[in-house]
Amino acid sequence: MSLTKLMGLTRLTGAAVLAGVTALIAPVGVTAAWAEPLRIEITDGVIEPLPFAAPAFQAETSGAGQYAAEIARLVAADLAGTGLFREIPPSAFISNVTSFASPVAYEDWRAINAQALITGAVSENGGNISVKFRVFDVFSGQQLGDGLQFGGSATAWRRMAHKVADVVYSRITGESGYFDSRVVFVSESGPKNARRKRLAVMDYDGANVQFLTDSSSLVLAPRFSPAGDKVLYTSYETGFPQVNVLDVNSVTKRILSSKEGTMTFAPRFSPDGSRVVYSLSAGGNTDIYTMNVNGGGEQRLTSSPSIETAPSYSPDGQYIVFESDRSGTQQLYIMSAGGGEARRISFGPGRYGTPVWSPRGDLIAFTKQNSGRFHIGVMRTDGSEERLLTASFLDEGPTWSPNGRVIMFTRESQGASGAPALYSVDISGRNLRRVVTDGPASDPAWSPLLK
Amino acid sequence: MKPFALTAVLVGVLAVAGCSKSPGALDAGFGAGAGGIVPGSASDPSSPAYFQQTIGDRVLFAVDQSTVSPEGVDVLNKQAVWLMENPAFTAVVEGHADEQGTREYNLALGARRASAVQNFLIERGVAPNRLKTVSYGKERPLEICSDEICYAKNRRAVTVLAAGGLTS
Repeated sequence: MSLTKLMGLTRLTGAAVLAGVTALIAPVGVTAAWAEPLRIEITDGVIEPLPFAAPAFQAETSGAGQYAAEIARLVAADLAGTGLFREIPPSAFISNVTSFASPVAYEDWRAINAQALITGAVSENGGNISVKFRVFDVFSGQQLGDGLQFGGSATAWRRMAHKVADVVYSRITGESGYFDSRVVFVSESGPKNARRKRLAVMDYDGANVQFLTDSSSLVLAPRFSPAGDKVLYTSYETGFPQVNVLDVNSVTKRILSSKEGTMTFAPRFSPDGSRVVYSLSAGGNTDIYTMNVNGGGEQRLTSSPSIETAPSYSPDGQYIVFESDRSGTQQLYIMSAGGGEARRISFGPGRYGTPVWSPRGDLIAFTKQNSGRFHIGVMRTDGSEERLLTASFLDEGPTWSPNGRVIMFTRESQGASGAPALYSVDISGRNLRRVVTDGPASDPAWSPLLK
Repeated sequence: MKPFALTAVLVGVLAVAGCSKSPGALDAGFGAGAGGIVPGSASDPSSPAYFQQTIGDRVLFAVDQSTVSPEGVDVLNKQAVWLMENPAFTAVVEGHADEQGTREYNLALGARRASAVQNFLIERGVAPNRLKTVSYGKERPLEICSDEICYAKNRRAVTVLAAGGLTS
């Protein structure tokens, strides 16, 4: 069997966690014919989660036992965490998988109503592990797609599990996954009137937290570059809020723009990663500007006495959605990426802010304030089909999963002891979950799917 | 300079009025002995403590507004006079918002509030190069409850004094 290298895992953060990971995906074993596909159609209706079994992977070398068990657990957690899948507990299994190569006893899995079966094996060699796996459609008695193999440093076992889960998710839903991704956010500590904030980055599920700044100055609203290698954020390091750009690998930072007497904030990258769109306040008036990430090329996009902020590019880079109170209250508008006349898209009751264009281009997520409550919602880019996904004392700042199916946001609890936490919800409004972080956290921004 | 002389008289009047309304500041003076003025303490009319406690270093705003209220006008008039009387000081005007609002909007709103105060002080004669503004949005609440009684105190612009020139 020849191993075809399909994809390399590039170094991600330079952090010890992922240092030295190189992996490949290659077909494993025999290619099964595509059966009548086992398929979850992700729709807005209520769905019954698809039951699956993920027995502990086979340890093919003596050092692989723990990885074999934990990788299978994490694959199952990723899938079940979507709300689209339901794990059948191992205690219900009739059949034991004793060898990765053995034929599947479909009857035994059908008997416990497992519609999908994931089997795998792990071998360990000198600090590296190799993970291979297969997905089966139990009811049609067929393998679903090729078996695949990933290799890399054992310290990156979680990433390998996330990659396995992404493949399984993709094969069953027909959409790309989002598990092998990271989230940059603000880690908070201290009382509400003296909050300390620092930038941190973690896996999408809260594991592998790494701090990017200390808490000596206030930092706000980080945003990943399209390649995941840089982070834009607002820092008060000079005493005034200014947009900074941070290189994730080297954890070095620089101020993007520092015009005397101005404040800059709410930055985001253009889809090609070359430009930054942001807000600049001068003389009390806030407008939207762009400039090159590497400096220069500044261009003012709005020029109005009202507040224009929270800009976000469309995935094709042609348009910018932003919020403005030019009508008297905060509303959402879309303009050309070069500026010019803007079209209002939000018309419901209440105030709309922090719009974010979905990676698929079809929806805009936003924060809505109405009647003393905050909501995360989505609407089409023409403002139609508005749907509110959440409601609480304070929800704000949506960020899209790489596949545009899930939104993560900040939820702050009420009162003197109130504190922020990260939550996720899928775009149908189902599966609201708290993202586990070690202490209060805010302003999440999802990375692209890692390579 | 004519305007300067007029200012000096005004300061004197305001300082007296301020002291009579501020037993705390007077107590501090007595405690220090002989009822005299302790340089740098709140009893010293040229001290930042006096500015903070007697003149009043902050003005409050209505929900989502950046217009200075009539009460705020009184405070800012006194601030302007004090700043012109004490030219060694510069100031950063900090604009703040309550927690009802998104982070970005509140930063912009705080910028509006700080700028409203800055413009007022400049119109009253304070040299523009002595004033800077910064917005903290909702990041630095003074009061931490989630009720209007706290929000009202958090929607503020605070004139924070610094000795010497402003650094950029």
